[in-house]
Amino acid sequence: MGILARFKESRFTKMIQKIFGKNHAKIGIYGPPNVGKTTLANRILRDWSGDIMGSVSEVPHETRRAKWKNNIRVDNGGSSLTMDLVDTPGIATKIDYKEFMNMYGMTKDDSRLRAKEATEGVIEAIRWLEDIDGVVLVMDATQDPFTQVNVTIIGNLEARNLPILIAANKIDAENASPATLKSAFPQHPVIPISALTGYNTEALYSMMVKEFSKKRHKQRR
Amino acid sequence: MEKKESEIAFNLISHQKLENLSSSEKLTYILKEVKEGRILVLEHGLTPAEQAKLIEHTMKEINHDTFIGIEIGGYENEKVGFFQRVFGVTKKPRMTVIGPAHLLKMVHKDNDMIETTIIPGKGAR
Repeated sequence: MGILARFKESRFTKMIQKIFGKNHAKIGIYGPPNVGKTTLANRILRDWSGDIMGSVSEVPHETRRAKWKNNIRVDNGGSSLTMDLVDTPGIATKIDYKEFMNMYGMTKDDSRLRAKEATEGVIEAIRWLEDIDGVVLVMDATQDPFTQVNVTIIGNLEARNLPILIAANKIDAENASPATLKSAFPQHPVIPISALTGYNTEALYSMMVKEFSKKRHKQRR
Repeated sequence: MEKKESEIAFNLISHQKLENLSSSEKLTYILKEVKEGRILVLEHGLTPAEQAKLIEHTMKEINHDTFIGIEIGGYENEKVGFFQRVFGVTKKPRMTVIGPAHLLKMVHKDNDMIETTIIPGKGAR
């Protein structure tokens, strides 16, 4: 083992991290379906590792299994954060296969299969909540932010004292209103972005390093 | 879902009724009522952990032809001030409305009001 590797493994380094915060965190990208979670995950990976997370689609529930990439290093000036990034399936309280048929022209069999897989994806996303250190909660800045999915995710993380960043996505859309999101959730940082164009993602990265590196005492339920 | 009846059951549930149940019993009760086509208004809603569990249980119960899930609207826990915390007052979940998604539709929600509509012709079985 080299000198640098030994230093990284040393008790001294671990003690410094314990005192001043963490530099490695497991971060979940959460939100309702079709808000741009995978688009954001792809953006983060493209910017910091040259990789991509998964395919995107206008049809809801495109991501039906959680996907993750480890050791994504994000730099912000003199500080940095290494993340294990988890892209989770969209959380919903209802899934009707007929919507896929009527709105997106899918066949009945494909729609039913997609709906079934989507229900499993929601369960998986909720279970991942137990295993993460912080969340980027993606909201569609053109939509009403007071959805129960948003309230439930925020409530669960607050109960465990875990950090939440709200990415007010789709800011490039004409009817986007990030101010509505800011007033809806004043207790958490809200960063207006466009995951599609990359607009303002630097501000998001900077806030991610700042918020997710903080030392917190995770509360177990 | 195909069965259409004119009457819609709307139950207002006091906090005492649910307080006597464990979380698991509470969720079983709510999901059973909602699957039978009833809309519930809980005086004290569910904790965030219970809400997440309710969504999880709902996903397991979804059946393409009879139950497509739930519609739910509620508020975050009441904020508890410093002095209340000192005197042992804990956060309480606030009012919540829950119903079958084929019957209840959330129209708008803000800090003060939850606005819903009931889809006509699809009453309780």
